[in-house]
Formats: sequence, C-alpha cells, structure tokens
Amino acid sequence: MGYPHPSHPRETPILSKHFGDPEARTLSGWRARGGYEALAKALATDPQELQTIMKDSGLRGRGGAGFPTGLKWSFMKPDGKAHYMLCNADESEPGTFKDREIMRWTPHGLVEGVAIAAYTIYAETAYIYIRGEFTEPLARVTRAVEEAYAAGILGANAMGSGKRVDVHVHRGAGAYICGEETALMNSLEGRRGNPRIKPPFPAVAGLFGKPTTINNVETLTVVPHIIKNGAEWYKQFGRPDNPKSIGTKLFSVCGNISRPGNYEVALGFPFKDFLYDLCGGPLPGREIKAVIPGGSSVPILTREEAEGALMDYEGFVASGTMLGSGGVIVFDDKQDMVRQIARLVRFYAHESCGQCTQCREGTAWTTRIMERIRDGEGTMEDLDTLVAIADGMTGKTICVLSDSCATPVLSGLKKFRHEFEAKIHANRSMVTVQSALRASAA
Amino acid sequence: MSHGPSASGGALIAAAPHSRHDDAPYVPVFTGARRVELDAILTRYPSKQAALLPALWMVQDVYGWVSEAAMEEVAQVLSITAAYVKGVVSFYTMYHLHPVGRHFIQVCTTTPCNVCGAEDVVRALLDHTGCGELGLTSADGKFTVIEVECLGACGFATPIMINNAFVESVTPESVSRILSELV
Repeated sequence: MGYPHPSHPRETPILSKHFGDPEARTLSGWRARGGYEALAKALATDPQELQTIMKDSGLRGRGGAGFPTGLKWSFMKPDGKAHYMLCNADESEPGTFKDREIMRWTPHGLVEGVAIAAYTIYAETAYIYIRGEFTEPLARVTRAVEEAYAAGILGANAMGSGKRVDVHVHRGAGAYICGEETALMNSLEGRRGNPRIKPPFPAVAGLFGKPTTINNVETLTVVPHIIKNGAEWYKQFGRPDNPKSIGTKLFSVCGNISRPGNYEVALGFPFKDFLYDLCGGPLPGREIKAVIPGGSSVPILTREEAEGALMDYEGFVASGTMLGSGGVIVFDDKQDMVRQIARLVRFYAHESCGQCTQCREGTAWTTRIMERIRDGEGTMEDLDTLVAIADGMTGKTICVLSDSCATPVLSGLKKFRHEFEAKIHANRSMVTVQSALRASAA
Repeated sequence: MSHGPSASGGALIAAAPHSRHDDAPYVPVFTGARRVELDAILTRYPSKQAALLPALWMVQDVYGWVSEAAMEEVAQVLSITAAYVKGVVSFYTMYHLHPVGRHFIQVCTTTPCNVCGAEDVVRALLDHTGCGELGLTSADGKFTVIEVECLGACGFATPIMINNAFVESVTPESVSRILSELV
C-alpha cells in the first residue's frame, strides 16, 4: 500500500506498509496482519530483557533528537515507584506529517507500541498526548484504545498476563511548544505549556513528578516490529558503513515538489535519489533551490548540498544540517528565500512561550527585522544585527525553540546572503533615485 | 487536487454547536451526563487539575467558546482558581475567548503551505465569506477566518480546518465550492 502514493519499489515499508488500507484500522484487521502478537510476547518476557533487545536494536528517537531508545528505557528500574509512559503525538514541526498518517491508518500499531513500552519501563499507565488540531487521528486512536480495552488487550489484566496496562488519550489545545517533552508534561497536568528546567530529567521526575519515559509516535510504532522480529532483523536496515543509524524512517515531503507525501526508506538512502526518483523532483519547468531536510528547525541546504547528502543522523550532520523529524521542505527557484525565512521566524515568534527573555524578545526582534528586509526597508547593518541576536538566542534558554528560530536565519544568511543584499540594495537604489529626483526638482 | 473531508473519512467529530453571546444567564455545563463524563475523565489522572484541558474542551463543545462564567465553573469543579483557569485558557490557541462564527475556518500559512500559495487561499476565503479581515466574523455570523500555524498536513497544501474537520489541498479556485457546501 502507501499513502497518498503507492509505495515506491525503492521504499522499505515497515511502518507505512498498511497506509491507505482502511481494514488495518480495525482490531480484527490489525490482528489479521499480525497485530498484538508482539505485545503478547512482550508481556511474557522480563522487562529487563526487553530493554536489552531495544538497546541492541540500535533504534534512535524519531521525533527529532535521535536519542537511543533502549538507553532511555534502561533509565527506568523496578524501584516500586509509580512510573508513567508518555507518547508525544503533538506533531507540529513545520514540514512534518508522518505521525498523523501513522495514527490515521495504523492506530493499533501505535497503541501496541505504547503498551509494550509501558510494560518495559515498569509503568501501569500511559498517556498519548495528541495535538488539538488532529481531530481525525484523535478519533482513530481513541477508537483503537476502546477496542483494545473491550478485547481485554488493555486494562487490569492485559492479554491475560496479570499485568495492568492502562492507555489514555489526551487532547492538546493548540501550542507548538507542547511538543517539547517537559512542556507536554505541564500541559497534560493542566498547566500552561511552559518547558521545565532540566535537570531533573523526566526519568527522575517527569509527569506528576514521577519517573517518566516519553517517546515520539513513530519510535513507539517501530517497537512491536523489533520485539516480534528481533534486534538482529532490525539491524539489516541502514547503510553498512554506518552502524549508528539503524532502521527505516518515515520522511514527509512538502513544498515545491512533484509528489508530496510520506515515504519510508532505510536510513542512509541517497537524498538526491529520494528527491528526484521517489518524489518526482521539482514541478515542471522549475529547479530546486533549497531544501530543509528535517523539519523547520534544522539548517537549510542548498540544492548542491542536498544532492550530496545521505539520509541518516550522521549523513545529514556531515552535510551541515540534521535529520530532525524527517520533515522535508522543498523550495524551488521561484521562491524568495528572504520572504520564506521571514515567514518561518514569524512562526517561532508566535509559538514562543515567553518564559525566557532571549526567546520572547529575540523571536520578535528577528521577525521585525526580517519583515522589514523582506519589504525592502532593510539596511546592511540589519544583517549584522540578525547575527548578533541569533547568537544571543542560541544555547541560552530552557528549551531549543529559541535556537530553532535562529537556525534558518543563520543558515539563510550564510547560503542566500545575495538575496538579502539584493533586497537591501534595491531599496538603496530607490532612495538614491528619489533623492536625485528631489534634487533636480529643487 | 482533492477536497472535502479527507480521503480517509474526514469529519468523525461533529461540528460544535454554537451559541451567540447574549445576556442569558449561564447554564452550568457539568451537570447530568456531562458530570458523569467528567467524573470518568478524572479517574484517568492522579490530580484533578489534569482534567483541565478536557473540561475546557467540553465547555467549548457546548458553548462554542469559553466565557468567564464557564471558567469559574471549571475552576469550581476542579478545585482551582478562576484566574488560574484563565491563564491556561489564554495560553492555547484553540480555546476561543469570545464567540466566533458558526463555521470557524483556520488556514495554514506556515512556510510549507506558504510556498504552495496559502496566502492566495486566505484572500479567497476572506473575499468569499465576507469576513474582509482575519479574525472578524461575517455580518451574518456564519464565518470567522483566521491564519493558523502549521496544521501538520504540509503534503496536502493548503489544508484548512472548518470547526473540527480538515479539508486538504484547498486552492483559491476551490474555495467558493467548499463554502457553498456549508449551511
């Protein structure tokens, strides 16, 4: 299958295998496709052993940070305390829409992964926090949870194991920042979604002050496949010369591209082939000018840089950017980069929670300056000011929203400085002409 | 190009009924079946306050917005202060602090949709609804149009949300047809 396009022969559909198949959404349909076999197996296995399997698999977080999943889970010990499992389904990173399709098409796959994770980290309760705008994913996942309870898969005696696994769905209410893990915890607790200072880290004091593990939707949906088929099976996916990036990854592709949508490839896939072969390249008569490969918070690549990149954690770093969430935004040669970067920083200014001065003021100043350059009212000094503000916004705040706003400005200025300068000089030329006209009239 | 509820089934949650702002006395939300529903929600969390976002959603489903009187009721049932509730309500973009049009339309104009022409969709919506300006409600009370930051459906530019339903791949040309299907 595949959605919105049939899977390309060069894709490796594991998570996306049933995208577009409505029958996979129901409990009976999911079971017919091998669903919940992994949960049954997990519930009959010691959590320590499951933690080891996850460590051995090499799976890293698919939400953006790339933290090793098994290592994160191994922080959770059988200490007799209440633990919580949290699923971050607050997908809001511009350019990213993969978790949405996972929840729309394979909600039971997510519920199964969440249940395995809860058991593995010694938690009896898990919450799936879904962004408020995702009404259809919310309905699909809620329905899957209800079906799983009715069938005895979840609850006080999950699948007859004698273990309690409760899963609850919690709806957000519109705030990008709630995708930050500690902001999400505050939001779920009924507070404003302000990120928390770390330490303490969630594994020590997270949701409701208790040890908590939080993972992205895609990460958790991979888990049943690893538990069912083993860590060795999962290690076959990836490029042989990079053992640090294992598995397949969903990439969402949008912007000026022939076939936007979700694609699942083994990590290490050549980005050039991905853009031109799988996604069909630019629209007819156009050329790709720039690509943001991992959601709006990672550095912009020029076409040449993108065409030389390999699609994994290390590959994108070697090209000067990051894998991030896998949200690929393509800009073609008709796009004005100054205008688009100005739009991007306005996003961050809108979404800043306002706790940290550097972010609250920095996102707003950056937006004002970017918009005046866009409107032809900028000066060359503005470019230096942007860099100075970006420096003050990087590495100095509670969370990385501030850094994320600085990123497109700095990478944009580095790679498309000529577009900034052209706007400023056009303005200068206009001023010169106007004053010359005034002088000649006088 | 596709339009209408998304290919996979679309509007699973009914559009919220809306009440206009008037001077009628506030009728509490958390009585009868809704109180039972809230009590069931409360069992999911170790603190009462964690039910705040769900309780606010219930209020908005009934009234179409969250009034000061509603905040006081929510505060009372969850044993927190009304000021605290207001602080939370005002943090999140999806709770309305005043009544909005019967069809509340959110248009994504963030970068990925912007490069696909989202601003033209905004202009078409403002023209065809008679709203004229973002955030204003049309004279007949039917429409409010706002810009929204990334709806998370970037591959289906331009997505819009009409109350709780997504409409994908909207173009300036398809706007009048989409609006004509709304009553």
